[in-house]
Amino acid sequence: MALKPVHVGQPIKRREDPRLIRGLATYTDDLKLHGTLHAAFVRSQYAAGRIVRIDAKAALGMPGVAGVFGYDALRGQVGPAPCTAILPDMAHVPYPLLADGRVLYVGQPVAVVVARDRYQARDAALAVEVEIEDRPPVVDLESALAPGAPKVYDELASNVCWHQKPEPNPELDRRFAEADGVISLRLVNQRVAPVPMEPRAIVAHWDDGPQKLTLWSSTQTPHGAKQQVAVCLGIPEHRIRVIAPEVGGGFGCKIPTYAEECLLPWLSRRLRRPIKWAETRSENLLATTHGRGHVETVEAAYRSDGKVTALRGRTVADMGAFASMLGPAIPTFTHLLACGPYAIEAVSWEIVDVYTNTMATEAYRGAGRPEAAYIVERVMDAVARALDLDRVAVRRRNLLTKDVFPYTTPTGAVYDSGDYETAVGKALQGFDWDGARAACERRRAAGELVGLGVATFTEICGLGPSSGASELDRRGTWESAELRVEPTGAVTVMTGASPHGQGQETAFAQLVADAFGIGLDDVTVVHGDTDVVTHGVGTFGSRGLVVGGTAVYMAIQKLVAKAKRIAAHKFKTSEERIELADGFFTQPGAEWRLSWAEVAMAAHLWNDPVPGEEPGLEAVARFEPPGTTFPFGVHLCQVAIDRDTGEIALERFLSVDDVGHVVNPLLADGQRLGGIVQGLGQAWCEEVRYDEAGQLLTGGFTDYTMPRAAMFPRVELDWACTPSPLNPLGAKGIGELGTIGATPCFVSAVLDALAPLGVTHLDMPLRPEKVWRAIQAAGEAR
Amino acid sequence: MIPAAFDYCAPTRLDEAVRQLAATPEAKVLAGGMSLIPALKLRLLEPPLLVDIGRIPELDGLAVRRGNLRIGARTPHATLLGHPELRDAPIFSDAASVLGDVQVRNRGSFGGSLVHADPGADWPALFLALDGEAEVVGPKGKRRLAARDFFVGMMTTALAEDEILREVTLPIETKRAGAAYRKMRQSASGFAVVGVAAALELDRKGRIDRVGIGVTGLNPVPFRAASVEARLRGQAPEAAALPGLCAPLEEADPVGDLHASAAYRTHLAGVFVARAVAAALERARA
Repeated sequence: MALKPVHVGQPIKRREDPRLIRGLATYTDDLKLHGTLHAAFVRSQYAAGRIVRIDAKAALGMPGVAGVFGYDALRGQVGPAPCTAILPDMAHVPYPLLADGRVLYVGQPVAVVVARDRYQARDAALAVEVEIEDRPPVVDLESALAPGAPKVYDELASNVCWHQKPEPNPELDRRFAEADGVISLRLVNQRVAPVPMEPRAIVAHWDDGPQKLTLWSSTQTPHGAKQQVAVCLGIPEHRIRVIAPEVGGGFGCKIPTYAEECLLPWLSRRLRRPIKWAETRSENLLATTHGRGHVETVEAAYRSDGKVTALRGRTVADMGAFASMLGPAIPTFTHLLACGPYAIEAVSWEIVDVYTNTMATEAYRGAGRPEAAYIVERVMDAVARALDLDRVAVRRRNLLTKDVFPYTTPTGAVYDSGDYETAVGKALQGFDWDGARAACERRRAAGELVGLGVATFTEICGLGPSSGASELDRRGTWESAELRVEPTGAVTVMTGASPHGQGQETAFAQLVADAFGIGLDDVTVVHGDTDVVTHGVGTFGSRGLVVGGTAVYMAIQKLVAKAKRIAAHKFKTSEERIELADGFFTQPGAEWRLSWAEVAMAAHLWNDPVPGEEPGLEAVARFEPPGTTFPFGVHLCQVAIDRDTGEIALERFLSVDDVGHVVNPLLADGQRLGGIVQGLGQAWCEEVRYDEAGQLLTGGFTDYTMPRAAMFPRVELDWACTPSPLNPLGAKGIGELGTIGATPCFVSAVLDALAPLGVTHLDMPLRPEKVWRAIQAAGEAR
Repeated sequence: MIPAAFDYCAPTRLDEAVRQLAATPEAKVLAGGMSLIPALKLRLLEPPLLVDIGRIPELDGLAVRRGNLRIGARTPHATLLGHPELRDAPIFSDAASVLGDVQVRNRGSFGGSLVHADPGADWPALFLALDGEAEVVGPKGKRRLAARDFFVGMMTTALAEDEILREVTLPIETKRAGAAYRKMRQSASGFAVVGVAAALELDRKGRIDRVGIGVTGLNPVPFRAASVEARLRGQAPEAAALPGLCAPLEEADPVGDLHASAAYRTHLAGVFVARAVAAALERARA
């Protein structure tokens, strides 16, 4: 099939945006169903304790209140909240939809109040008296491992949720024994909040007539939610329809199906009314999953030429108070990607997932890979420092060369393709690295604290194949597409990759429009409704285009093949002779031509039947990825530090990324920019903080620092292109790239700026006081 | 974030607003709502009545007459950013440009900021440094309050429960005078970790004759840094001498929080006093 690039490869503005920026989009909280009741949650004020008493008498007497429910009302009727990452030998305690006699973290739902409007519901929720006999919680993840630490779960032997012990590895031991040097680092990858613009929102409507549940939810995975709600509530899947209307961002925190998403359908069935709940921002920061929360220790063996030969790492990962849907599995990606783009020969990795009395952690943009990139990039910088070598030179000594692909890492990842050196060269040239270095030296001589940062990284996208999928997971790693052609030739695409801001409606339309030679306006992309899109998996892990787009491509091919058979029949020729280009079917050497619309009408009318064919033009496809893709990039930046205050100014940031073929460079740049800013947010200012009692200190935007536009210079963007051989689009995935490279790049620059003072280590976030104290301490040390 | 129920009125005359306020104990005045509305949503406050003063014309307006600037209490922050009447008082743009964000500047009011008296609010520093005066109106009529007497405690002013700030007057000196505001923004909220307003007048020999230094963010209550003022008076300092003159602040009594420890805040106060004084000196000498 000739994909003539009329639209593909063009920076076409998002078709989604006019409705979004004009307020015409419908989010879950915009839905107004007749007779809707509103839910409000009574949440635990304590991080650990026993519920002595729940007294709802006063609340039940308040205006508009339809009911107050605690765990006792649910007992025996519902399952636990969904968790699909139950790893072998994991110490797993099912997490109840409402606290079942004990509370595990501040913010845990203890009871739910239902009332006629959300004001009444909130008033009544505040009137529910919950008496809790509190006890000392364990909040810090390393303290949770200390002997005698308070236990989150009394019935477990310790706070360890899951332990991946390091395998004996003589190869690794030998490399450490033969090393010219060994560096060791302790690195904190602090807990952060995903903060989607749209907090979670749910409307559940049990319709007693057809005995069917419709659940509107702000989710990244409507099909996953359907399956998991079915399991939790014992409702057959075919009696559940999940709709993800407009979804305002997710960043991973809308992958899991939450207790609230199971509870509202239960309430709706019990009260025979639609039930709505829209999270407040306070609830979002308190009780929507967080990300990261790792402490890593790593040792690296290196040779005197800068070659890093082996890594020995240990991840202690904070699960929070319960195993969220994917939470326990996230650190395995840190292990898998430990080598980054480097030819490191041996790796051993220990993982300790730990329970603490805090909100659960879950996938967050990058999910394990930013942690990995941060570790290996800090290792490269530390080796360069130890050997007094240039940081870029050390990376170049270690980068995999382009002739080794497909390449299997010591951790078992199979890198599909890559050409790292080309991207590095392009980035250095684009930044004028040598010139910038010289300018920094001049400014340093004048007393300024300035530095350059570098990160070269790779990551894993478009997970597959589905061989690892289990019934527990209830989904493979494939994605679906269905294309229906109208008699006019217009095409409706139904995709299982349910987007939440990525722009699939535009990118997939570009693929389809070019394939059939029709306009973008002739293509409609439908998603996020399990009754319309029969099967699907969702949008996460940078899989939208790689897996979902490829499914669309496959369905296109099926349609083209059938359309050619119809055209061949009409002109009494064979389908092999027919070509499709610019929207017309032609036969070289023949006079006739037939437009896409004419074939579509012929398929629909069927007044000239094609033997052996069914009427109509529609196709269904599922793409099962044969392997995973590994996009990569090079990030460079420059910072200056105010010596008196510790404030950092980001002066430049350049990103050269290789994601294979790009369908829409404007959307791709948007993904990169957003990711870079989010990654810099972690490096610079974001941090979820609890106090020793487990109370959230960063519970609002007056205390949780989001990165802001004014903090950033114009980010310089460029591409390299090494197509993936694993899908016909040659795409590699882009959604998480920015958060993977930007974070270590920024820290690298700040430590470079402080290097003349002798500062060698700081943990994120690099907030002004921390930087100022490092400067002060360095001054006192002299 | 869902507030408790409250009543609402929007009088068009100031005396009516005062009457409403006096008639309902715990009633609150709603101006721009940039602090009040979040406090309601978080249920930190549950007032029975909001008296919206947004429709009272006499609370608006900004004018300079005979060296005195009058700012109506309802004047939005954004009005003070680059206002033509304030060409000779760039300190207002200094502060308005680093206050909150665009929405806050457009909605929030100058008077609301003073009356709310958040420890990290910007305008109190200017009000103090410039020796401003407030006119407040209550059931018994109006009275005037000097800036020095205005802030009496953490988030507490000398206004009675039933009084409304009508306007503020500030002397604007132009001859051998300069004033500047410098601030470190709290990274999340944009409030001042430390904010310093410095207003100077030089004598004919270029020595500092009159000096006012207002400090916000550092202590729970904004204050005049009299210790620094005393050290600066009579001096014609070079830039290199400023850090030594501007620190320490003997009045410093900081409280540490998530964003800045007490020690860091104290250090920053010296830094930002020096920066504000340097900028004010430059303007005075220009």
